Amino acid sequence: MILLVTVLFAVALIALSQGAASVGLKDSFTALFRDSGLAHAIVWKLRLPRIVMAILVGWGLALAGTVFQAILRNPLASPYTLGIASSAGFGAVMAIVFGAGFYNQYLIAGNAFFFALLSSFLILGIAKLKGSTTETMILAGIAIMFLFSSLSSLFQYMGTMEEVHEIVFWFFGSLSKVGWKELGIASVMILLPIPILLKWSWDFNLLAAGDESALALGVNVKRIRMIGVILASLITAGSICFTGVIGFIGLVSPHITRMIIGADHWFLLPASALVGTVLVLMADTLGRIVWAPQVIPIGIVTSFIGVPFFFYLLMRRKREYW
Amino acid sequence: MLRIHELNFRYKNINALEGVDLKLNKGEILSIVGPNGAGKTTLLKCIVRIVKPERGTILIDGKDASRMKRLDLARCVGYVPQSSPSKFPITVFDAVLMGRRPYITWKPSKKDLEVVADLLMSMDLEDLALRGFDELSGGEKQKVLLARAFAQDPNYLLFDEPTSNLDLRHQMEVMEMISGMVREKGVAAILAMHDLNLASRFSDRILMLNAGKIFCNGEPLQVMTVENIRSVYGVEVTINLSDGHPYIVPIRQVK
Repeated sequence: MILLVTVLFAVALIALSQGAASVGLKDSFTALFRDSGLAHAIVWKLRLPRIVMAILVGWGLALAGTVFQAILRNPLASPYTLGIASSAGFGAVMAIVFGAGFYNQYLIAGNAFFFALLSSFLILGIAKLKGSTTETMILAGIAIMFLFSSLSSLFQYMGTMEEVHEIVFWFFGSLSKVGWKELGIASVMILLPIPILLKWSWDFNLLAAGDESALALGVNVKRIRMIGVILASLITAGSICFTGVIGFIGLVSPHITRMIIGADHWFLLPASALVGTVLVLMADTLGRIVWAPQVIPIGIVTSFIGVPFFFYLLMRRKREYW
Repeated sequence: MLRIHELNFRYKNINALEGVDLKLNKGEILSIVGPNGAGKTTLLKCIVRIVKPERGTILIDGKDASRMKRLDLARCVGYVPQSSPSKFPITVFDAVLMGRRPYITWKPSKKDLEVVADLLMSMDLEDLALRGFDELSGGEKQKVLLARAFAQDPNYLLFDEPTSNLDLRHQMEVMEMISGMVREKGVAAILAMHDLNLASRFSDRILMLNAGKIFCNGEPLQVMTVENIRSVYGVEVTINLSDGHPYIVPIRQVK
């Protein structure tokens, strides 16, 4: 855990020092604390919000992924694979298009949350009706993902030039349009549910042993599942609504963390969130360095990392633990 | 004392349980026997409130189970299901520690850890403590699930076919552990059983269910008769006595 925090700081510092304008490691560090003109402006207005957002988004997506995996008892669940990220993205796009003229952050965040909830409950409903096998849920998730991507495309098709420009970011996921106000809203949505989730870490552990055992051990399975889904949707919406759909972080982080520290959610929840922050920050920094001064949107970078890992998980499944 | 009065449960228009009455004193082992689909598992699930009975009352130490908080119920009644899926890797120690859930608020206390460590020692599981639960054999898994139920420290323990899929040695080991726990702690146990001989050997009383109704209820020798088994199971048997326990030898199906 301590190691993770250290790694996070190191990566954050490197991220701080990289960018289109050449402001080096030392300069950017001093600029953090001292008002030194241009460097100070670049660091505080451009780089720092971006880095803080990367940390928040990684934290949120990984946390939401861990919660979804626990409450659905499904190792392939994550905001992305269940289509919840796409529907939150659609909600945000819709708010941008219909709220045209005034770019209202609250509207965007709220609408993203609404649509995230909608598809979460759809998934829960399908799980209840058709039995919650790993495959049904993921297939339902893919269907939802397609539905909302095409709906977003439809808006893009109908929208004006300016709107389209806004929307395109949503398909790739990008951290470049973030200011301090967005950060404030996102951090409330992502950080608020954490104490509740930690309080429930034991119940999450028990859900892994099956609904019947969990019930017999005094876990209110229905309530945990319902509120857990709402909280995870809130976190997902918070992570997605100002950055667009960033895939695979929510799927990969819990697995990496479980391999290292095991499946006790008391440790898994925060550690997985930390792994998520490191991954997003690294992916974003990589996207900025590789092709500098061009910036590769972060969603593309995470897909490059995430897709092979997803295949790896799929291939391993029969022999391993699900 | 555990009392069940006039319990009814319907599942998709089929009466899974009908007018079931039951009394169980502490220190007793009660086995529920009956053919597949007779309602054995359903009865256990009604008691731990995994399913909700349509009618009837369940009193646990005088308290109405349907009005108890789930956490309070979990402190009184433990349940070991037939199978326990596990999707994520977990160590044996953590699997047993789960039994302490009803007593844990944020994280396990020192006492919880001690209870689990002592249990693992007394059940000869300490060598397995850090192994993954999924790597264990069927018999070892069942012992771990037993340890979890014991860690829960309830007054009433329910087991759904605790010996199915186990070899002879593990069958004896599991049954001896259950009866040992009942004698030592003065708790009571209800077992849904398929093996009539094991049930007769270890139970104080046997309840024979047929199509959701109680067919008969009493001491093993009273219940395990040639006539009862013929009408409930449709099987011709002979019954031998050994050590005061009935031993059932199946002969043929009744056409």
